[in-house]
Amino acid sequence: MKKALAILLALALALSLAACGGGASSTPAASTPADGGSAPAAPAEGGKVYYLNFKPEQDPQWQALAKSYTEQTGVPVTVVTAASGQYETTLMAEMGKTDAPTLFQVNGPVGLANWKDYCYDLTGSQIMGDLTNESFALKEGDATLGVAYVVESYGLITNKTLLDKAGYTIDDIKSFADLKKVAEDITARSGELGFAAFSSAGMDGSSDWRFKTHLANLPIYFEYKADGIGSTDAIKGTYLDQYRAIWDLYINNSTCKPAELSAKTGDDSRNEFLAGEAVFFQNGSWEYGNLVGEGKFTDDDLAMIPIYIGGENEATQGLCTGTENYWCVNKEADPADIQATLDFIYWCVSSEEGTAAMANEMGFVIPFKNAVESPNLFVKQDVAMTAAGLIPVSWNFPTMPSEEWKNGVGSALTVYAADQTDANWDAVVTAFVDGWASEYAMLQG
Amino acid sequence: MEKTLKRYFPLFVLPTLAAFIIGFILPFGEGLYLSLCRFTTVGNAKFTGFSNFIAAFGDESFAHSFWFTVSFAVVNTVLINVAAFAVALLLTRGIKGTNLFRTVFFMPNLIGGIVLGYIWNILINCLLSIVEQPLLQLNTTAGYWGMIVLTAWQQVGYMMIIYIAGLQNVSPDLIEAAQIDGASSWKTLFSVKIPMVMPSITICLFLTITNSFKLFDQNLALTGGEPNHATEMLALNIYNTFYARSGPQWKGIGQAKAVVFFVVVVIISLIQLGATRSKEVQQ
Amino acid sequence: MAKKKVSPVWTVLLGILAVLYVYPVIMILFNSLKKETAISTSTAFQLPNAASFNGLSNYLDALGAKGFLQSFGYSLFITLSSVALILLCCSMCAWYITRVHSGVSRLMYLLCVFSMVVPFQMVMFTLSQTADQLKLNTPWNICIIYLGFGAGLAVFMFSGFVKGIPLEIEEAAMIDGCNPVQIFFRIVVPILKPTMISVAILQAMWVWNDYLLPTLVLDIKKYRTIPMLIQYFRGSYGRVEMGPMMACIMLTVLPIIVFYLACQKYIIEGVVAGAVKG
Repeated sequence: MKKALAILLALALALSLAACGGGASSTPAASTPADGGSAPAAPAEGGKVYYLNFKPEQDPQWQALAKSYTEQTGVPVTVVTAASGQYETTLMAEMGKTDAPTLFQVNGPVGLANWKDYCYDLTGSQIMGDLTNESFALKEGDATLGVAYVVESYGLITNKTLLDKAGYTIDDIKSFADLKKVAEDITARSGELGFAAFSSAGMDGSSDWRFKTHLANLPIYFEYKADGIGSTDAIKGTYLDQYRAIWDLYINNSTCKPAELSAKTGDDSRNEFLAGEAVFFQNGSWEYGNLVGEGKFTDDDLAMIPIYIGGENEATQGLCTGTENYWCVNKEADPADIQATLDFIYWCVSSEEGTAAMANEMGFVIPFKNAVESPNLFVKQDVAMTAAGLIPVSWNFPTMPSEEWKNGVGSALTVYAADQTDANWDAVVTAFVDGWASEYAMLQG
Repeated sequence: MEKTLKRYFPLFVLPTLAAFIIGFILPFGEGLYLSLCRFTTVGNAKFTGFSNFIAAFGDESFAHSFWFTVSFAVVNTVLINVAAFAVALLLTRGIKGTNLFRTVFFMPNLIGGIVLGYIWNILINCLLSIVEQPLLQLNTTAGYWGMIVLTAWQQVGYMMIIYIAGLQNVSPDLIEAAQIDGASSWKTLFSVKIPMVMPSITICLFLTITNSFKLFDQNLALTGGEPNHATEMLALNIYNTFYARSGPQWKGIGQAKAVVFFVVVVIISLIQLGATRSKEVQQ
Repeated sequence: MAKKKVSPVWTVLLGILAVLYVYPVIMILFNSLKKETAISTSTAFQLPNAASFNGLSNYLDALGAKGFLQSFGYSLFITLSSVALILLCCSMCAWYITRVHSGVSRLMYLLCVFSMVVPFQMVMFTLSQTADQLKLNTPWNICIIYLGFGAGLAVFMFSGFVKGIPLEIEEAAMIDGCNPVQIFFRIVVPILKPTMISVAILQAMWVWNDYLLPTLVLDIKKYRTIPMLIQYFRGSYGRVEMGPMMACIMLTVLPIIVFYLACQKYIIEGVVAGAVKG
């Protein structure tokens, strides 16, 4: 015991001396350069990549991809994933350090406003040349400051087996009126059928974004479309009655009483759907891995249908497809590191290995011309629907003014769910319309 | 001997002093200066005078977190000390299984605040969902009392240990004398035991008050300040100002808030020091 | 004095309280044995049953996926090295400033007392930048930061006890031809041993559980400590890997409990000694 302590003390002393003495640099040892392997792009001399990744689910895949890239080109790539909900704080802390991230992400124009001073102008870079659709570039004036690297879709994930038991197929649902009829019929017969129409619309923080952000996108989308605009600092709330109608449908035809919703989490909702307690589950293509697999569903059990709220042209309405994940390159980084980063992201979206990993391992659809087809059922459905002439609903929540606004709408929705009066719905409208204006005023002020 | 020892300054003091300068004095000095600047890194600070302090005092969330913290500290201090003292009294009266109880009550102290926060988050959310109330993230009242229960659970054991030590030092003769004089057990408690353990009480009060003010990990893991900053305490508010708000003005404001926070804690400590001194004079 | 018998009602009440006290940990233990799909907000109180029992697979997940063992190793190393360094340097420093009456000694003492009061948020930003510039951002040398930030309490406690050591013993040793280093290690350290244990316990509890300092200071590209790791069980769309997360909590808590049960006597004495002086 004494001896052990003595050794420890000696060790500690030696360590402290060593550290004080040299300030030895602790740069990561670059792995040995590839032996003659065909480097996809000429690696910049001495550059390195540090990617601060946003999606914790894909952390292992990114680590593997980075490792493989380093093995082939000798360029060190470090991928760090921020803990959920801590991306901004982690990014802020890391940007202050000497080895700051060279590659990070923002969620859209609102996020970009905070970070535009750090964003390298991507105009004319290789990756931009491969972009299939200009709308996936994040622009500020003439400069391209961010580029979307993943496109996702959401809608109503449907358990076809249960729907069949209730006597319907997904082809019976082509409008809000259809959806309402089916859902209310299931509720009426729920005792006999043994399941409900919708899984619980939990308003806990792990689930409320499905409604205060993703569902709220639909009235915003229809309003923008009617007015022919792409963003606004004063929303009018033209389609809020439809928003109320779909919300009423969700909460009154659910696995639980509306008053209980505030106590339900995202996990609860998913588990209900997995257990066959509900036919519909509003969520996105990112849920695929959680729903399909051993002991869970197969592709044949599931389908994703558009969220109909009663807007115009429901016959051609598709899934909600878009992105809130944009890559930005840190312009404060060393020029060699910037070049290395540009090479790396180009490799990810153009090389065989990179595109395969992004499609198969991470389940992403990338908006670049070399993209590989994803095995994700919902993604395939989105592609098929678009090919059949349906128009995807764009993601407009990056134009929502702030988290504060979403929280305001979320709490009003929760209050309304517990007590569905007109007065409570007016509070939702106030949070939606007035909150939008006041938050935008703060942004500009 | 003093003279000989003096030559050994570099060996005995310098390592600590060097680390102390790096780990405390330098950051502290820089922090003071930066509270008067607009900056995003230490290198690019621009002197702006007291505007950060003005902005900090004008920040509603800061004022809210201040009063939230004060209210939390008061309730928490009273609750923890009364509970700890009561348990300590029982455990010094030869109850069966004293050692076991002492062991159990002290245990939560060794578990870190982050882990404790997650454990209680799961537990409280389960309770709330059973009684059909909004979960922690939407429920300010539950968040407030959740943090009170959590910190009490964690710290009662610690304070109890200190009270037990204090009570064990009370001379049995004194208590016996009081009992011979016909004092009831309540009377003995208030006129003999409590005055005799006054030093322990001041220490525990001080520890609980400063702990309440500096609370961070538990706050972050249990409620994260949700809903909408309503359960955000001072330390977390400062952290969020620094790292969750982007824009060059926020770092300076955060640092200014930190200076205010520091002054508040120093004032509390000075009051405590004064109280202890006056007690020592009496004895 | 013949102790009055305490009514057994109190024992029962304390017993109930004790059960409530350990319940949160037991609850996590039960849930960590459940299948992922069986863990939901409202059923956390239910015991695992045949349908939801998942064996130890959550533990294997927690051990495997996120580098738990690595993080555990870092946490352990940081704690041991920091505590060892604090014990050695601060006891030496405290002995010196107590025995040598100079302006520097007084100043050092006052600064140490002062530093105990300062909240971490005051220095959090500047400290993380300083540590970054000096490259004190690895588990191997972060102990220097801990020495700097923990020196206050340690020097204060050691000084308190050194004052109580009679000067005569050291002077006698000096006359016998010992130099200060020999005096310190042969005479002062053995006398200080109980205090060393107190300081070690208090500092170890702090360093092991510390979250914010390593989060801001450590190079997160390479190193995560246990409190940092727990955060990584949440996904970006609100999904929490509850099973592995609870298993990870248990794996973090169990060693601490075992250590505590083994060294209970020292820990409780350490707390008492620390409180009386602190």
